[in-house]
Amino acid sequence: MSTAENLVSQEYKYGFVTDIESDTIPRGLSEETVRLISEKKNEPEWMLGFRLKAFRHWLTMTEPKHWPNLTYPEINYQDMIYYSAPKQKALKANLDEVDPELLKTFEKLGIPLQEQKQLAGVAVDAVFDSVSVATTYKEKLKKHGVIFCSFSEAIREYPDLVRKYLGTVVPTNDNFFAALNSAVFSDGSFCFIPKGVRCPMELSTYFRINNSESGQFERTLIVAEEGSYVSYLEGCTAPKFDKNQLHAAVVELVALDDAQIKYSTVQNWYAGDEEGRGGIYNFVTKRGKCAGHNSKISWTQVETGSAITWKYPSCILLGDNSIGEFYSVALTNHAQQADTGTKMIHLGKNTRSTIISKGIAAGKSNNSYRGLVKVMPKAENSRNYTQCDSMLIGSNSGANTFPYIEVMNNSSAVEHEASTSKISEEQLFYLQQRGISQEDAVSLIINGFCKDVFLQLPMEFAVEAQRLLGMKLEGSVG
Amino acid sequence: MSLIVKQEGVYQAAFRLLQQRTAGNNAAWFARLRESAMDRFEQLGFPSIKEEEWKYTNVAPISKVNFEPVVGSDKSEATLTADEVTRLGYVEAQASQLVFRNGVLHSDLGSLTGLPTGVVAIDLAKAIADEKYGELIREHLARSADYNANAFTALNTALSSSGAFVLIPKGISLESPLHFHFISDPVEPSAAAFPRVLIIGEENSRATIIESHASISEATYFTNAVVEIVLKDGARLEHYKIQRESADAFHIATTSADLGSNSRYNATTINFGAQLSRHDIAVKMANEGAECWVDGLYVVGGAQHTDTHSVIDHQQPHCTSHQLYKGILDGKSRAVFNGKIFVRHGAQKTDAMQTNKNLLLSNEARVDTKPQLEILADDVKCAHGAAVGQIGEDELFYLETRGIHHNLAKNLLTYGFAEEVIAKIKVDSIKAQLDEAVLNRINARLEA
Repeated sequence: MSTAENLVSQEYKYGFVTDIESDTIPRGLSEETVRLISEKKNEPEWMLGFRLKAFRHWLTMTEPKHWPNLTYPEINYQDMIYYSAPKQKALKANLDEVDPELLKTFEKLGIPLQEQKQLAGVAVDAVFDSVSVATTYKEKLKKHGVIFCSFSEAIREYPDLVRKYLGTVVPTNDNFFAALNSAVFSDGSFCFIPKGVRCPMELSTYFRINNSESGQFERTLIVAEEGSYVSYLEGCTAPKFDKNQLHAAVVELVALDDAQIKYSTVQNWYAGDEEGRGGIYNFVTKRGKCAGHNSKISWTQVETGSAITWKYPSCILLGDNSIGEFYSVALTNHAQQADTGTKMIHLGKNTRSTIISKGIAAGKSNNSYRGLVKVMPKAENSRNYTQCDSMLIGSNSGANTFPYIEVMNNSSAVEHEASTSKISEEQLFYLQQRGISQEDAVSLIINGFCKDVFLQLPMEFAVEAQRLLGMKLEGSVG
Repeated sequence: MSLIVKQEGVYQAAFRLLQQRTAGNNAAWFARLRESAMDRFEQLGFPSIKEEEWKYTNVAPISKVNFEPVVGSDKSEATLTADEVTRLGYVEAQASQLVFRNGVLHSDLGSLTGLPTGVVAIDLAKAIADEKYGELIREHLARSADYNANAFTALNTALSSSGAFVLIPKGISLESPLHFHFISDPVEPSAAAFPRVLIIGEENSRATIIESHASISEATYFTNAVVEIVLKDGARLEHYKIQRESADAFHIATTSADLGSNSRYNATTINFGAQLSRHDIAVKMANEGAECWVDGLYVVGGAQHTDTHSVIDHQQPHCTSHQLYKGILDGKSRAVFNGKIFVRHGAQKTDAMQTNKNLLLSNEARVDTKPQLEILADDVKCAHGAAVGQIGEDELFYLETRGIHHNLAKNLLTYGFAEEVIAKIKVDSIKAQLDEAVLNRINARLEA
């Protein structure tokens, strides 16, 4: 049999639950919930105002159900817990005070929080359910003037900075899920790179959902001042539950003149079982603003998890000569559904954008690329190149491409290419007759298919991503 | 709001008039079909830009004008002369043309002497009333052009009183092209025409058809045309649609084709005229081995707006589709291209290819393009590409180093861009006409 699609997929190995006492608020969402979350976090008045404004707007909005190529049952926003934090000592000055159970959890996930055990050169902010439990290398970063801390801490310690940039890229009324996040977000990461500083190490946030009833709503804000550079990584996992959980995050990036932000994600939320029971609903709004001249924002994502992925990391190219990039590998298997892509909004002169998207659909999953390239009249001499390739594995999967291209001046050039293919029998045969096992051959071909994207990932992540892809697909081709 | 109500009133009045006038002469099923299409139109209303399919094209200008629907017979004084018919016609089709004035067939102005015996080309209303064709038409009319989804198709179906029914019998080949010659001659200002054509190509038949839309006046009028094509196994049809409406006209057209096994449908759509034009072309590959080429060229300037929506639906295995749409935009014109390729579950070995390229000659022109792929089968070859750009500096420079004047070089390159579509046309007089039209447009620009 040449194309069997029936080997068994490897178990999701991050599906364990940590038994830890949590401080959880009652389920349901109302203005009271929003106030309660703000109160729990001892937030200043302006922050509560921000949340309430978002919440009141959210009430007037409807869930975007008709345009994405996704089907899922009604989400009951009242049957969810909006805040859940592991109980621990009030403040942790150093890691010794972090609950050992939590440390063990992250260790099990391959994210040691003890600095001496760490991969050199990566600072980690670990977020467990609704709160950040630890941030490593804070002191070292501080010496360079880099601020890297949890969002709650940022609101306490650097209110002026947070206030100046929060909501400037993704306004509270931007979309249904962003509004919800703005109202109830619990924690996340904040990072600020001052003028002219090249961040000495990779910054990363690791998100972990533990509570079966809670949603996760985190917020990330990265500001790169003039001439600075930062590379930021994000990873996430969740235990296996039969129930679907909602993850609605907002990420905002701001790059000023000559600044560069590189944002990489390896998303491996629990994807549900083969029949599509359980899994995370991943509705994420990510957007970067190249506010200054010659600034650059680069998104790289490897999307392998989640029952549903709804995510369009975008760039607003406002400054002249700014650059936006989007590199994506989206892999869906079993009953997963992904509707992901990007938006490149060209506003400044000589702005450039590149989109490379690779979609792989196996099992009975559905994988859609949805993108917008918009060149406004004043964005003279702008360029865009888009390439989206899909690979189908098995005859029950689906791959779709929905690119929107809007060009409003005649000095810009936009190119879009898309193709759909399968792993060819010839390629497989060729590799096998060279003594490479079928599984390895498939993995080689897939990794080759995704190479353009993997090359953009920081080294450790690239290795992780390749391994993850191989693991996810194990058994879907044969 | 009141305008829209008034507007719908115009079409409803025309519909009632038509139903009264045709009561008794038409088959009951046809009256019912029209009735339900009218109901559907009333439910849908004119589309708004909030609808995804109409996101980039605002048809409010159509709903705001008080058009005078031309239904049943065109009673106004005929000013259309045979000379004008010839002037706007194509020499290859002199003896095989159906001439429509404001959407109504005038057999006296055309000629069908060039058609082989057995080929049927008659008025649609007459054909429905004829028991020889009644059942056949019932089986196919309004089947592939679905009026439930599109308000304009619904309106055409409700008000279709004249048009043509063409039947090309088994194994027959048409030597010369059959020309559907639509001429607007709006004696009354703001005429609205609703021509309807049904073409059935039986097994292994071959034909070339030309569908042209032109005008002998510069008035504002509205054409809402629907052409349905059914190709049986092994049939071949070449379809040229040439839209050269007047500069103030509104042109909305639907073309839909159902392809039989191993049949082949080639469509080339040329859009030059109208202030607002929209063409929905749908090809259903419902049988194995079907093949289609769906090409197009739009050349617009001034404040023109042109919109093409195509759907290539691969339902069965081993079908091939190719699409090449090119656009040249000048002035403040806008072009919209939305190309969907569906590959249904089980449609293995599909080969689908789609390209849309746009050339922007002016800084105020705008292009919105959306090539779409929805693929549910794994063993397929599908690709699409879209590009928006301008004349390449390197190419210009190359020509200039050869001593060719800058403007002339630009024209040559623009012409070359359009030529890719034009060169494939197999009817010489269409080709000559298009070459001239493209060059004229470019030269006019050069002089300006």
